[in-house]
Amino acid sequence: MSTPAARFNQDARRLSADLRHRQIIQTAMGNYEVVRDQRKAAFQDWQGARQMAAETKWEAVNHLDRHLEQLARNLEARGAKVHWAGTAQEARDLILGILRARNARVIVKSKAMTSEEIHLNEAMEQAGYEVVESDLGEFIVQLRQEPPYHIVFPAMHLTRDEIKDVFQRKLGDAPSNNPEELTMVARRVLREKYLQADVGITGANFAIAETGMISITENEGNARLTAALPRTMITLVGIEKVLPRLEDLALFLPMLAAMGTGQTLTCYNTLYGGPRQPGETDGPEEYHVVLLDNHRTALLADAEQRDSLHCIRCGACLNVCPIFRNVGGHTYGTTYCGPIGAVITPNLRGVSDWKHLSYASSLCGACTETCPVKINLHHHLLQNRRNASRQQPSWWQKIAFKAFAPVATKPALWSLVTQMGRLGQKLHGLVKGGRLDPAYAWTKTRDLPPIAQQTFREWWRTRS
Amino acid sequence: MSERDIPARIREALAVAAPVPGNGHGTARPTPTQPSAADQRRVLPAVGPSFDQQLALFRKNAAELRADFRLCKDLDELAAELKRLGAAEGWQRAASHGGELTGAACRALGLPALLTDQPFDKRELAGCDVGISDCDALVAQTGSAVVTSRSAGGRALSVLPPHHVVLARREQLVPDLPAAFALLKSKYGAGYPSMISFITGPSRTGDIERILVLGAHGPKKLTILCL
Repeated sequence: MSTPAARFNQDARRLSADLRHRQIIQTAMGNYEVVRDQRKAAFQDWQGARQMAAETKWEAVNHLDRHLEQLARNLEARGAKVHWAGTAQEARDLILGILRARNARVIVKSKAMTSEEIHLNEAMEQAGYEVVESDLGEFIVQLRQEPPYHIVFPAMHLTRDEIKDVFQRKLGDAPSNNPEELTMVARRVLREKYLQADVGITGANFAIAETGMISITENEGNARLTAALPRTMITLVGIEKVLPRLEDLALFLPMLAAMGTGQTLTCYNTLYGGPRQPGETDGPEEYHVVLLDNHRTALLADAEQRDSLHCIRCGACLNVCPIFRNVGGHTYGTTYCGPIGAVITPNLRGVSDWKHLSYASSLCGACTETCPVKINLHHHLLQNRRNASRQQPSWWQKIAFKAFAPVATKPALWSLVTQMGRLGQKLHGLVKGGRLDPAYAWTKTRDLPPIAQQTFREWWRTRS
Repeated sequence: MSERDIPARIREALAVAAPVPGNGHGTARPTPTQPSAADQRRVLPAVGPSFDQQLALFRKNAAELRADFRLCKDLDELAAELKRLGAAEGWQRAASHGGELTGAACRALGLPALLTDQPFDKRELAGCDVGISDCDALVAQTGSAVVTSRSAGGRALSVLPPHHVVLARREQLVPDLPAAFALLKSKYGAGYPSMISFITGPSRTGDIERILVLGAHGPKKLTILCL
């Protein structure tokens, strides 16, 4: 049980039968669905907004070279340092280099999926730095030494009692399981960290090419503090986050809020265009922006699936996915889970290890329908299946189709086989669901519909 | 990997064009053009054309966000409102900056004030009971106050103290997000401040069982006093 596919199967089997887990997820998602639908309905033309957002992202991604160079030029003009990281290793080395140069000791972070992607926390902790996640959900999963469960709600799988337990164990402070009191414990602990921290590290939701700005969306104010108090600020941003113009945010900010958390606008939407400017009295002295490729250019080269780089990481496709809602976020074993994770992970981390995710879908298309930037998610899952079977054809499928083709092309043979099928199903009934059943892998949890008593051709002959 | 490599790799990757969104199933769409503010307004949540409608919408949004929004008829009433708030919450020390409205309001408040447009100690700011700032705009569509590091006393003032009071003038109310970005462009296009923030309600989290808690890391209370 060591391949990603085997682990996925094992965890999926366990969690889909875990009624408590299912209850927690269904409750959280039920609340989300109500507010998301209210926010969508407030738009005068939601479908028009999706098309507009998709077109803006198409422009951004299909002229990415131009927009990135403009972004870098504008950021540098206001004194930010822009770094280009081709791989996860290069990004880690770059950031560790900045920490060394600044003699840092305590690092405070606001939520960044890019940092999960390159395993930045482990690298910084191994190098001896104290690293504190400041988003409440991220702080909780960091204390539990777990990866985030969901790209927007990192601790949605935990109950207040579990959170009280980990606060008691790790912080020695948990007055009750009341969410407000628990939040205030985290507020007190993290306040001190913001004031101590030498370096603040953030992710980014958008990068505005035209004005050279990083846009960060958050509710708690933790990213605001991370960007205000430490002497050095670092933003780690995927190259696909670019938007061409400042005013594009007028559309993207409310769409992200509606789909991500069901809000009109997230509490803080903040643009950072550089370090402290002349005349300003606070904010970091140095601002570093690390532009991360890490296989995104490989995804870009696939014109068919290029639109998966339009993703704004709102998490809406996870929330509607029947597979995600049954197996949960950790089962995927990837940084990005749910439908978007299943689409991009084989491209980012290798088809042979991650192709199973493309099959973790009923192809219902709910993800494609909900996506605010119209990524063709379920078609990409099919394309991934096609690509996987081209790369590594399955021997048993080849044999099956070799046998099927002559049967399906010869009417007499077809008729014989379908009649035998009826007989076969009768005999199968004797062993069905038992250990002697050759189809046990299927029948232990599922039934087979009975084959019709009359084939279509038989019916055709007897009709009137 | 140097700066040269990634843009070069991107150009190579873009050699084959990707289909335009919305194509297929019998529709052929032209290459996208960049949407105008009018295009955005066609799809975004509706905002009434008159000032009174916009003010009512801002008030409704602020109430839903649990921000406290009050209209004051003149600077005296605004100062009195601020004094009343300070007395009710027992403010000992206020933080502010030398802005257009903050100057007069803070003098009237009569509390020792830390000014963040001069060099200051961040621990001292963390010890203040309230941060009082000007703003650049109020957005009716979303109930947001727009602040910048230049116009609202830097980066920390509006987020470190437990209560943030925003002072605004009625003329600063803009109808919607496209108008807010147009305003920022015309005001700062020649040289942007290092931070621009749309503040939409007091700090909040839903990370524990999706239950709303105010004051996660930023202010627990947000008051908007509008002249």
